[in-house]
Amino acid sequence: MDFVDYYKTLGVAKNASAGDIKKAYRKLARKYHPDVNPNDKEAHKKFQQINEAHEVLSDLEKRKKYDQYGENWKHADQYEQARRQQGQQGGGGFGDFGGFGQGFGGGEGYTYSSGDEGSFSDFFESLFGGGGRSRRSQSKYRGQDYNAELRLSLADAYTTHKQTLTINGKNVRITIPAGVENGQQIKLKGYGSTGANGGPNGDLFITFVIPNEPELKREGNNLYKTEDLDLYTALLGGEKTIDTLSGKIKLKVAPETQNGAKIRLKGKGFPVYKKDGQFGDLYITWNIKLPTNLTQKQKELFTELSKLSS
Amino acid sequence: MENDDLIPANEFCIYHNIEYSFISSLEDSGLIRITSVEQNAYIPSDELEKLEKFVRLHYDLEINVEGIETINHLLQKIDVLQKEILHLRNIAAIADFSSE
Repeated sequence: MDFVDYYKTLGVAKNASAGDIKKAYRKLARKYHPDVNPNDKEAHKKFQQINEAHEVLSDLEKRKKYDQYGENWKHADQYEQARRQQGQQGGGGFGDFGGFGQGFGGGEGYTYSSGDEGSFSDFFESLFGGGGRSRRSQSKYRGQDYNAELRLSLADAYTTHKQTLTINGKNVRITIPAGVENGQQIKLKGYGSTGANGGPNGDLFITFVIPNEPELKREGNNLYKTEDLDLYTALLGGEKTIDTLSGKIKLKVAPETQNGAKIRLKGKGFPVYKKDGQFGDLYITWNIKLPTNLTQKQKELFTELSKLSS
Repeated sequence: MENDDLIPANEFCIYHNIEYSFISSLEDSGLIRITSVEQNAYIPSDELEKLEKFVRLHYDLEINVEGIETINHLLQKIDVLQKEILHLRNIAAIADFSSE
């Protein structure tokens, strides 16, 4: 555990007045306050250090104790022993040095506990005890919000389904309603970072990422698909079976269908979010494929056809 | 008034030990929404988190309403940028993963 120089933390001189300390604290607090530094752990940590320094230096009694023993905290057990001896002899030399003495002498490495965002440093606890602090300047702070992205395929987003996510070691089962949109965000209340000083936990915001697929594009609740069609079916008409998100469907192809022609299949698009039984439309664009590797016979027939057309 | 989504503004003021005039000035600046029912002011519950943040900025950090307005605007920008960074990092991670 290292000595923490609270004067240095606040950037003030050892003989700074109460006004100077308050001014320095306000300035730093504005800079590092968690509300103005969202998702910034460093700023959050710095703010705790500033708060801790202010807690001590703004309180006359605590400041006196800190000034008296702070830098010599390693000898606190000796002071404590002397205090006890004087106490037994009726003396009162170290009278109100209440919280001091506990937890000293360990010599372990001091670490600032960033996991427990509401607590003060071990140094503070050792010097002033756990219960010695005032609640006056300990505001409750809501934990930070977390943001996460959840990638879904169009097929996933087409149906209502449950998904289990592991968040901070906890399994959370969420229901993803059919029709959820790319970029849409849901909030899981209380699944963010732990609140400080008994404040509420932050929330977890999950943003859905639902990319379009090469063959299937979504715009709102409508779907757009390009389907290959052979020349003969395009010219003479016929039937074509296509895959949709709700299964295979058989379509009638009108004779003399042109390349790039579009057809609309009403109600075969994407489900409307949280509206049962409502769907967008599916638009099919025909991409007519010309035959390749023609046989001699085919070439002759096409030539004949060409002569007939001209 | 029995509505779980509305919090009486006077109760909020008593709980946080603040003046109603502060809430009113936030509403005037368009920073929060207040609902009036039979001449009583209510805070919609979805505004609560934002309002508590503004209370902390004002009372803990002594920032005036104009300052809060500016901070709020910048925080919104930061939020958009942080989301964009996250999105780009995810894209980069996916690209790295696919190229491996």
